[in-house]
Amino acid sequence: MSSTSSPLLRTTSKDPITVQSGAMQSSALQNDERVRRISPWRSFISRPEFGSIAGTLLVFVLFGIFAGHSGMFNLDGVMNWAQVAAYLGIIAVGACLLMIAGEFDLSIGSMIGFAGMMMAVPSMFMGWPMWASVLFAFLGCMALGGLNGYLVMRTRLPSFIVTLAFMFILRGLTLVLSTYFSNSTIVSGVGDKVSSDPVMSTLFQGSTLHGLFVWLAHTGIIDKLPNGEPIVAGMPKVLLWWLLLALGAGFVLSRTRFGNWIFTVGGDSAAAQNVGVPVRRVKISLFVFTAFCACLFGVLQVADVGSAAADRGLQKEFEAIIAAVIGGALLTGGYGSVLGACFGALIFGVVQIGISYTSFDSDWYRVFLGAMLLLAVLFNHYVRLHATRSK
Amino acid sequence: MRTPWISILLVGMLTAVTATAATAASGPHANERYVLISHAADSDVWWNTVKNAIKQAADDFGVQVDYRNPPNGDLADMARLVEQAAARNYDGVAFDIADFDVLAKPAVRVTAKRIPLVTINSGTQQESQKLGAIMHVGQPEYEAGKAAGERAKAAGIASFACVNHNAANAAAFLRCKGFADALGVDARKSMIDTGVDPTVVENKVSAYLRNNPRTQAILALGPNSADPSLLALQRMGLAGKIYFVTFDLSSAIIDGIRKGTINFAIDQQPYLQGYIAIAALAIAHEDSTRDPAAIIAKLKTNAAFQSRLREYALKPVYTDEGVSSGPAFVTKDNVDTVAKYAGQYR
Repeated sequence: MSSTSSPLLRTTSKDPITVQSGAMQSSALQNDERVRRISPWRSFISRPEFGSIAGTLLVFVLFGIFAGHSGMFNLDGVMNWAQVAAYLGIIAVGACLLMIAGEFDLSIGSMIGFAGMMMAVPSMFMGWPMWASVLFAFLGCMALGGLNGYLVMRTRLPSFIVTLAFMFILRGLTLVLSTYFSNSTIVSGVGDKVSSDPVMSTLFQGSTLHGLFVWLAHTGIIDKLPNGEPIVAGMPKVLLWWLLLALGAGFVLSRTRFGNWIFTVGGDSAAAQNVGVPVRRVKISLFVFTAFCACLFGVLQVADVGSAAADRGLQKEFEAIIAAVIGGALLTGGYGSVLGACFGALIFGVVQIGISYTSFDSDWYRVFLGAMLLLAVLFNHYVRLHATRSK
Repeated sequence: MRTPWISILLVGMLTAVTATAATAASGPHANERYVLISHAADSDVWWNTVKNAIKQAADDFGVQVDYRNPPNGDLADMARLVEQAAARNYDGVAFDIADFDVLAKPAVRVTAKRIPLVTINSGTQQESQKLGAIMHVGQPEYEAGKAAGERAKAAGIASFACVNHNAANAAAFLRCKGFADALGVDARKSMIDTGVDPTVVENKVSAYLRNNPRTQAILALGPNSADPSLLALQRMGLAGKIYFVTFDLSSAIIDGIRKGTINFAIDQQPYLQGYIAIAALAIAHEDSTRDPAAIIAKLKTNAAFQSRLREYALKPVYTDEGVSSGPAFVTKDNVDTVAKYAGQYR
């Protein structure tokens, strides 16, 4: 189950295990550097996500200085950027696991648009109930993810190229579907259909914990609108989905055999194959998982904004990869963490929305977005370099 | 080695921040801050006129104005920007109704905080009222396309190609559909989905015309598709022989109208959409009123506004419901007055 005896772990993100086993070894092994005692602080700062946590703090400090009084850190402001981070976080978790396994999926963004269309078209034009459309969207996306993975494994072509092809194919199909069925590039009215399906609206739409927020507003802990409602109606469900997905993926990656396989496959897939790791199955299932994440993004977004459109999810694949990289994942695979990717998504979401709270001219938006990301990544890299340097 | 680099980057950014923050307005309304949110991607040149207009409105009324847009033109991102505007407690918010369903919920966040709201550009008067806006300043896309189509039909046109540089945008599609319905042809069969890259647009238009040599007219949906389409026609020796209609204006379009290679342009006077939106919000805030008639009456008497109208030869259309910015047709007859400020204020 755990990795104590795994020589395959090229890079260890699980130093605490080394500590435990080190304590159990006899004194003959005292000089072996693999089992040396590591202080909890050192083991914390040498984890892949430490840099991105430090980067997140830096970003918060910067926006605290430049946008502190603009409402960015009021409750409705926080919910606003947290939602952006949560959407990105959902796909970043998928992209991160796939990157640790040494593969890319560039079709994530197009998959988001396509998932929305697969959910909207059957329910709006074919009379399917909403739950069936949503199920169809999830199954369809996961099948496409599986096809992506199968083609990559079968042809041994770089996943970069295979999924790039799907990026175009799916974006085009999204447009074809929407103009064919609705004579428009946008399919409206899906949100109302979701609301009328109790299970789907409970799962994907709006916010929850409304009572708690009303009570908080009543006691004066949070602000009220002029009509007496709390300033934020509740906790957006996308945040809970993000939390759930991150916890699940984090657990699998760091506490299960499958998690070890992911690291191993990304570190050296030939070596992994030789010791009996089912490389093909691991990679294909991660492509399926990434497609699932993209679909979840698409379904949540359609339920939230109420319509599916041909231009949803543009360039989200890059944002997901950026979030994973900020979070410490290596582009070459074999190293990274789910927690890191989540902080990467948080950095990206805060920077993206935070810029609007400062008085920047919007023409400079991308310049500052790029500069902030570079700053976060450099800082992250610098911190990690210092933290992991042996003394 | 890395420490100095980070410091330089940091210092550079901080300097930039203070530099931009220093351009604040002065006067009694200097603390008022308004925002205009568009759906347009960064590369869309048309919105430059609106940006210039809101800057001038900010100067005339002594307030501060921000312009915000989703960099990729993704409407779901635009919805987040509207929510963000509510969270920031602006004194007034203006946005274009790119899609009513997407923006309805975020708009509630704005109106629930009693922040004055004005809608511009695409969308209808009815949609604007449903969103709780004070007024709508724009031109309806389908009707504008249809009016242009009827004009073309009167000139004997029966087939056309719609050069659509923004195929994922619902409003762009409506323009094509209006034109197609006026001619009585199928909009989808006449549409060329080109994307925004000018080289690709040009090549796709020439390829279409080679495959469909009987095409009588071209409808471009804006400068992003008109300019490269015109170039394609020139390279093929078809300029002036094909009936050419375009939405909106740019220097190349003005030039084409002068030379006769473009028959007419449909102008919705974007300057007015930006200027009137901010002016109306500033007046609504100052007089604490939500009555569009009172706001428009006050705007009409505003000397700064009138002098801008004279300077750029703009003619707002005052209606019973409020004020419209267009449509207006730019032809050879009136092109010179428009030419001087094309792409900046016209």
